[in-house]
Amino acid sequence: MRQYKSFRLFKGKISFLMDSRAVAITAVLMILTVAMIVGSTALGDMKINPLTIIHVLFGGGTELERLVVLDFRMPRIIVALFVGMSLAVAGGILQGIIRNPLASPDIIGITGGAGAFVVGFLAIFSTETDNTLTVSIGWLPVAAFIGATITAFLVYLLAWRGGVSPVRLVLIGIGISALMQAFTTMVMILGPIYRASQANIWITGTVNGSSWEDVAVLVPWAVLLLIVALMSARKVNVQELGDDLAAGIGSRVQLQRFFLLLVSTGLVGIAVAFAGGIGFVGLMAPHMARRLVGSAFGALLPASAFIGGMLVLLADLIGRTVFLPLEIPAGVFTAAIGAPYFIYLLFRTRNI
Amino acid sequence: MTIQNNKNKLVCLIFASIILILFMGMGIVLGYTNTSINTVIHAFTDFNGSNEHIIIREVRLTRSFIASAVGACLAMAGVIMQSLTKNPLASPSILGVNAGAGFAVVVAVTFFNISNLQAFSWISFTGAAVAAVSVYIIGTAGREGLTPMKLTLAGAAMAALFASFTKGLLVLNEAALEQVLFWLAGSVAGRDLEILTSVLPYMVVGWVIAIFIAPKMNVLSMGDDLATGLGLKTGLLKLIAGLVVIFLAGSAVAVAGPVGFIGIIIPHIARKIIGVDHRWLIPFSGLLGGILLVAADIGARYVMMPQEVPVGVMTAVIGTPFFIFIARRGFDQ
Repeated sequence: MRQYKSFRLFKGKISFLMDSRAVAITAVLMILTVAMIVGSTALGDMKINPLTIIHVLFGGGTELERLVVLDFRMPRIIVALFVGMSLAVAGGILQGIIRNPLASPDIIGITGGAGAFVVGFLAIFSTETDNTLTVSIGWLPVAAFIGATITAFLVYLLAWRGGVSPVRLVLIGIGISALMQAFTTMVMILGPIYRASQANIWITGTVNGSSWEDVAVLVPWAVLLLIVALMSARKVNVQELGDDLAAGIGSRVQLQRFFLLLVSTGLVGIAVAFAGGIGFVGLMAPHMARRLVGSAFGALLPASAFIGGMLVLLADLIGRTVFLPLEIPAGVFTAAIGAPYFIYLLFRTRNI
Repeated sequence: MTIQNNKNKLVCLIFASIILILFMGMGIVLGYTNTSINTVIHAFTDFNGSNEHIIIREVRLTRSFIASAVGACLAMAGVIMQSLTKNPLASPSILGVNAGAGFAVVVAVTFFNISNLQAFSWISFTGAAVAAVSVYIIGTAGREGLTPMKLTLAGAAMAALFASFTKGLLVLNEAALEQVLFWLAGSVAGRDLEILTSVLPYMVVGWVIAIFIAPKMNVLSMGDDLATGLGLKTGLLKLIAGLVVIFLAGSAVAVAGPVGFIGIIIPHIARKIIGVDHRWLIPFSGLLGGILLVAADIGARYVMMPQEVPVGVMTAVIGTPFFIFIARRGFDQ
């Protein structure tokens, strides 16, 4: 018999139910994430003792250690962590409101839209003779974010017909996503190969070269949106019941759906802006979490967040260490490490 | 807007066949080299070895056949996948067919320096089959056999896995990217008739079995428990349906590369027009799929003449507006 714990804060404005096993598992996931952050900081071309890292964080260490830890590794680790968390939580929410296990930021066109804007950006602002841009590469995240939001709104508007039904939303999302990918492919094929290659790295997704400036923009937004998402867990639970039942128990179905879509679009938008089209996390992290903590969103969203964060972190760690001196984009490994684990989970929990 | 009685459905089916033949004819007449219907007729009745005649007989005729066959395969496989997984978002690529084929081709290019389309054909078929079989096995593992949910999730995970291997190899090897980028976008251009004829038996077997199992798919779509209660051997039917998808989608990807989109949208469009009865839905989807791909192939020649656009791009450009129109008309649940 499981023991449930209920959390009610602010006179029930925020409330969710977690069983104690889920709380324990989430705690374990959190500890694992922290361990992975430390481990990831320690590993790389230059190995650093974890104790030295703590020393460095409090202002000690040699010049070189400070440079490697603070300037090279910490920013990309933080970016990887928050990108993974954002994608996973956005995916979880989308699966809840669309009520389909295949729903993910990719399938409803948000990632595809960002990708289309990014290749468009690279094509418009690159010089024809060599591999340089006429404007700062710092505008690339802006282009990605704009692409993601515009596409999301376009899908929402096209799906609106006296309300938005989940099936219509996702089908129109697939259509728009296909159009965006068609555009991306066109630009890649028509342009010179170095541009295709550059775009391909972006589409695969990488956190290479993240700086503290990126962190300063990404983290506040990610934290804000993640908290909002977590506070809305109850709404996702209700959405998952279906429109009639949700309306029957007094929820404003369309308004909440719009709000939740807005939150997940924001999460995906900032994630793709800084890390490109990292796949798999948004689709599979929620499924992994579901097999560990069950499907109530109060427990599911935090667990997905940690799993997503760890996936991207680990993928980036492998990408920058295993194939030295080559740097492989993190997006290559998210599925490579996530899929086997997911298939193991699929084997283990057979009753679904 | 869905057609109700069988007579009208038959009319609809015949109408679609006529449109398909018409489009195939247009595919033979239209293109960069200027030809008229008369030239086409002469090319077959009174062949004189001129450039136009050769293009018509060797290039465009082949392309029309390939496009219609591939389109039909993908659409029919899509219907079966959506019924099998009970998921409107499923498509042949959910069985890992495209990802497996793409991976096999990229491996061949990277490690064995293979670069001709003939070789790509059987390599991609093998890759597609291996991926699909592994997805099927993973989806079947466990006590209650193949459930729609497990198949879907196993397929999505395996497809992502293969796609990530492909991406990894392409990021490491820029030269391979250049070689396979066009193949990965899907195209029906530049294929010899032999590529089609070598997989045609699989396609035909797939079509025949797909139509043969259609009545049983109707029963299966009521749910596993009900279907079993009505005396259907669900395990066997799912196995056959899975094999049909491998045959159809595998040979499609072998001929044209991974052409997405048709397998996912055509079933929806067909269902809106002709209803959910698989006996009508499967052949009708096949015809619609053929029409869309032939039309896309013609479009691909004209958009940026003389350069050709990958047909995968054109299917999205032509198909999406129509699909959105259809999607907006229905699915209110």
